[in-house]
Amino acid sequence: MDFSVLLQDIPTLLVVIIGVPAILAAYIIGGEYLVRRLPDKNRPQVRPWLWVGPALFLVAAYLLLPAIFTIKQSFENNAGDWVGFNNFANQLGDFPNGGAWIAIRNNVIFWLIFYTLFTLVFGLALAVLFDRVRYEQVVKSLIFMPMAISSVALGLIWDFMYQYQPPGQAQTGTMNALVTTFLHHDPVTWLQDQWPAEGFNVLNNLALIGAATWGITGFAMVILSAALKGIPGELLEAARVDGAGELTVFRRVILPLMMPTVVVVGTTLVIFALKAFDVVYVMTSGGYNTDVLAFRMYKLLYSSYNLGGASSVAIILLIAVVPVLIFNLRQFRAVEARR
Amino acid sequence: MTIAAAAPTAANTAARFSPRWLADQLQRYILHIVVIGLTVAWVVPTLGLLVSSIRPFSAQATSGWWTFFSNPTTFTLSNYTDVLSQSNLGQAFFNSFMIAVPATVLPVTIGAFAAYAFSWMRFPARNAIFLALVGLLAVPLQLTFIPILTFYVQNLHWTTDNLTATGIPGLPWVPLWLAHAGYGLPFSIYLLANFFRALPSDLFESAEIDGAGTLTVFFRIVMPLSVPAIASLVIFQFLWVWNDLLVALIYVGGAPEVAPLTVNLANLTNSLGQGSNLLTSAAFFSMIVPLIVFLSLQRYFVRGILAGSVKG
Repeated sequence: MDFSVLLQDIPTLLVVIIGVPAILAAYIIGGEYLVRRLPDKNRPQVRPWLWVGPALFLVAAYLLLPAIFTIKQSFENNAGDWVGFNNFANQLGDFPNGGAWIAIRNNVIFWLIFYTLFTLVFGLALAVLFDRVRYEQVVKSLIFMPMAISSVALGLIWDFMYQYQPPGQAQTGTMNALVTTFLHHDPVTWLQDQWPAEGFNVLNNLALIGAATWGITGFAMVILSAALKGIPGELLEAARVDGAGELTVFRRVILPLMMPTVVVVGTTLVIFALKAFDVVYVMTSGGYNTDVLAFRMYKLLYSSYNLGGASSVAIILLIAVVPVLIFNLRQFRAVEARR
Repeated sequence: MTIAAAAPTAANTAARFSPRWLADQLQRYILHIVVIGLTVAWVVPTLGLLVSSIRPFSAQATSGWWTFFSNPTTFTLSNYTDVLSQSNLGQAFFNSFMIAVPATVLPVTIGAFAAYAFSWMRFPARNAIFLALVGLLAVPLQLTFIPILTFYVQNLHWTTDNLTATGIPGLPWVPLWLAHAGYGLPFSIYLLANFFRALPSDLFESAEIDGAGTLTVFFRIVMPLSVPAIASLVIFQFLWVWNDLLVALIYVGGAPEVAPLTVNLANLTNSLGQGSNLLTSAAFFSMIVPLIVFLSLQRYFVRGILAGSVKG
């Protein structure tokens, strides 16, 4: 490795490590100094804006205004002329296999259902099982570890899992080794296979979703595990003393009490599922009918420079997210009301 | 972790070797087998890549990584030395730091200022603005890329080439820093405001009586008391930025002088083709920092997640 790069870039390093915090400190200290020189009665009116100002500016500049511009852009062509719903018609015409429909199907059906379901089921099962062993912390760390690695690395890890060699040759991918050795089935091209039918390719979508699920399960497990620890032990004891089996205890006591947490984790996962990008980008680049909305938008923007098309795909994504968003806001308000 | 470390169960009173006792023992073994089996299954993908990365290419192409255990003499570090000499990994590693450090400092600090105001100052529309911020947590970032990018390029002329040409250190990453700050702020404010609000109000009243100014209260009282919340937020944001591919790809692209590790790794995947031996070592190289951060500060990371994350 060329370490000289680190020496050349010492000014950059200094700017970053000293400069950025210095600017922030100078802003708030300088601002307060100015606020203090104001007459007494104006200070409480001005001071809050000094403190929230930069945050509101950045959020407005990077989230709120761009979102509004994108909505406008989705009704325009690249030149900025109004084209009505043409962009949407291009994306949504040609049902069921043209335009954005494959991406919509993959996001709104496959990803949303399987990613959320698998992650919740695994997360819950692992939380409940791990709660009963003394080495809980160790196994939890191991399950949680994929959370720390980038989705690019995750994609590579799973590319190796899904590697394919023609039948008869030694398989190099773990999945195909398992399939050929234990199921005596021909090796499967996991990421390309269109099973059960072209146009309804569940298998390769599931392969991608499985990789993503592997990465996120630790997240669900940690939150669900914390909720499980919050259930009073006496409650479980009482049920067991009354003769309830472990499955009944789980179904009738643990699950109902954990439901609010399951819902919170579930909605978060739904949002993740709708925004899925990295795994698809790294593993298939949206090929073999595995496109998702976020990737389609990226492709329209960068490969075709179709601003209107990309914007309209982003809007379709937003429309899919809005119900979840409203649900989340309601939940948040309910929590706030209880404070 | 050994099988012997059995868990205490409620019904542990049955007499030795009675049918009930046998059933309990059996159940306990099944539990351990299931727990360890699932954990092993979870570790296998990472382990497979790690083992592949220390095998020579000829072996990788013809046999599975598990055969390494029957023939460990094939161990080699050449994949690591090759990838470090061939690709721009050193530069990308440096770039990742240059991106991740300010992109963490900015949203955490600015978020702390704002969270302080949201928790302990009065101003018009305070609650409405806060609620809007929570709503923005779920907005897909994809929705924001095109207008920002257009504005950067057409109005500000902030392209990587232009910014590099100025020769000002760090400037090529400014667009990315600001974007990460904007995207990270709703979560940062949400998490910190929840924490600040829970601080006892007597603290603020007595400080005010003592004549402490807002700055003193913020830096001497609020900040020291909030170290756990700030630590978890810092780890969360740092890992998020370090592992981010999409935002970096959009705002700085793939130029080797500015691209972070994730972009570099994704480019390697495309240029070398999947299955190349160098990718295994490159992937592990990119995991070093997150794994160190994660393993040493896991407690704070988990706390950050529990504080109610809906970020993506």
